[in-house]
Amino acid sequence: MTVKAKDIIPEQHSQAVNELLSKYQGTSPGALIPVLQKTQDIIGYLPKDAMIRIADTLNTSLSKVYGVATFYSQFHIKPRGKHIIRVCQGTACHVLGSDKVMNGFKQHLNTTPGETTEDGEFTLESVACIGACALAPVIVVDEKSHGKMSAENIGRLLDGYKNQSTDNLGETTHGIGDVVNEAQNK
Amino acid sequence: MVEKILICGGTGCISAGSRALKEEIEKVVAEKELPYQIIFTGCRGLCEKGPLVTIEPEGWFYCNVKPRHVIRLIETLEEGKPYERLLYKNPNTKERSLTNKDIDFYRKQKRVVLKHCGYIDPEEIKDYLAIGGYQSLKIVLDMETTTVIEEVKKSGLRGRGGGGFPTGLKWEFTAKSPGKDKYIICNADEGDPGAFMDSGVLEGNPHRVVEGMLIAGYAVGASNGIIYVRAEYPLAVRRFKIAIKQAAVNGFLGNHILDTDFSFDITIKEGAGAFVCGEETALIESVEGNRGMPRPRPPFPATQGLWDKPTNINNVETLANVPLIFEMGSEEYAKIGTASSKGTKVFALTGKVKNTGLVEVPMGITMKEIIFDIGGGIRRDKAFKAVQIGGPSGGCLPSSQLDLPIDYGSLLEVGAMMGSGGLVVMDEDTCMVEVSRFFLDFSQTESCGKCTPCREGCTRMLEILERIVEGHGKKGDIELLESMAKSIKDSSLCGLGQSAPNPVLSTLRYFRGEYVAHIEHKTCPAGACANLTGDAILNGKR
Repeated sequence: MTVKAKDIIPEQHSQAVNELLSKYQGTSPGALIPVLQKTQDIIGYLPKDAMIRIADTLNTSLSKVYGVATFYSQFHIKPRGKHIIRVCQGTACHVLGSDKVMNGFKQHLNTTPGETTEDGEFTLESVACIGACALAPVIVVDEKSHGKMSAENIGRLLDGYKNQSTDNLGETTHGIGDVVNEAQNK
Repeated sequence: MVEKILICGGTGCISAGSRALKEEIEKVVAEKELPYQIIFTGCRGLCEKGPLVTIEPEGWFYCNVKPRHVIRLIETLEEGKPYERLLYKNPNTKERSLTNKDIDFYRKQKRVVLKHCGYIDPEEIKDYLAIGGYQSLKIVLDMETTTVIEEVKKSGLRGRGGGGFPTGLKWEFTAKSPGKDKYIICNADEGDPGAFMDSGVLEGNPHRVVEGMLIAGYAVGASNGIIYVRAEYPLAVRRFKIAIKQAAVNGFLGNHILDTDFSFDITIKEGAGAFVCGEETALIESVEGNRGMPRPRPPFPATQGLWDKPTNINNVETLANVPLIFEMGSEEYAKIGTASSKGTKVFALTGKVKNTGLVEVPMGITMKEIIFDIGGGIRRDKAFKAVQIGGPSGGCLPSSQLDLPIDYGSLLEVGAMMGSGGLVVMDEDTCMVEVSRFFLDFSQTESCGKCTPCREGCTRMLEILERIVEGHGKKGDIELLESMAKSIKDSSLCGLGQSAPNPVLSTLRYFRGEYVAHIEHKTCPAGACANLTGDAILNGKR
């Protein structure tokens, strides 16, 4: 039986995961979600091995852990890209054209929501609402949010992240949002 | 008096670049060795014009401030005059306003819950103490718990999460439940897309919520507090973590608070991305480490909640109102609002309106005033079509309902509901059939799957709506949607399923013509549905 790469805890994260789980050994079942969150923070996703270890640590079943991991949208059981792009699909963003932004990303990245690009650079996701509705349409890349996003600016944004030169994009809408903002105020 | 430069650090302005702006301001002020205080605050409200900077004590209100403006901003401040080009410009009169007092967006608001958001440093307890923070707690700890509950009942405060249940009564249920292990849970899951009221309060004045939880805990006899914050709010989590640490260090949390027998601790639980966990019993399941699936009620959380103990769950905004009630007195508080809906409501005003942002208004104000006076009217001067209130559980109000006073009861009568505070404004280019499809898609995705009416019913309703917007609507679809909606509302286990059909029913009530156009004429009057042709004649008839 072959074990897929995505099922094992990557070697470089072993120690951190061990340390984390030793702190939670035998604790209350209420700790399951925080443990899953912290494990995912270390590895980037939840390989099957990690879920087995967590089940052992909290003295519960793998099916219980798997059930919780697959219920909540924050958890991922497949490896993800270097950068996570979340396109907000909340009401305000929807009304202001987030579907065009999502379609733009699908085209540029040649991938679909929930999947990662072949080169492992970007994972595309939709998120229900991050609470920056006044700047709709909003996207979040890793921890940075970019407001007043438009399909026209996707290329520039992606280049910035690929080249690690995100200062001009920053958490600002320098150029990106400003261009749209100025256009809307005309 | 020390010059203060207040930079808005709410999620909205951060998305518009206020962190980089703050760094630039700090750099210039340090280089020039000026004795200015720089404060990174919570949401100032007018998110549309962010990043926002306010100069105190003058009150100069600057909009769309960028790092390239900083040098001149500091120079003018040194010269003792405002930087004119950054002042707010009225889009109609073209006049500049010095302070926010004469900006329409702020004039009709009554910012009491949000009063200090945008003015204090949310990461400094000393700022909260300076504005009278924790004084209400002191007053409460000198009262009998039954008196505290009576005061909240007299104030008329109702749940701000959407349910509108009388808060005092809810506290009374938990207080009367036997047992000494009780819980206070603050519901900060704020899952409604288009809503950021709770995030505004938590990011702008987290100690207010801590104080609200403490008062609730004292009143019901709980010593454990939990705040359940959605995963998508890292800034709120961060600021709340700092607040509880500071509150503990200053003796407002822990054992024998303020030398009384009252002890209380707060822990933070982060959600993991499930809208249904905003429902009380699903939230409890989530805290217990389970899939967030609601429980049948009775028993209610007040008698059997978290770990089967009596639990009182309140929304962030509800708890943020509590210290205010004891600061002003319940009688004064009850003077604000209408007969059945006391106090104010915080709304997240977004969509096709000119001034988007976080607003707080007295109950009883009309929708027209919110959208046209505060909101500044429709963008690009298009025609107003509808405003969605209450998110995926709510309904839309068309122009015929614009004079409706905002009140829990009046909204229900017209097929909408208060909801948590999301207000999304739509214009003539919005297709209302597509809007109902959008909301049902959301509810169906978020359905936990436990009960058949919601799991299967929402899926089938969504299929029908998808067919309709794609141009494959059939005769009888409307009647089928209406009958399914009734069944799903009547038999779903929890509020998600019980309210998921609301946007459909509400759009059918006010925009039935659009459904008919899609189904019988294969046209989309708003011109929004890609597969259907627009229809100028129907446009005119609206």
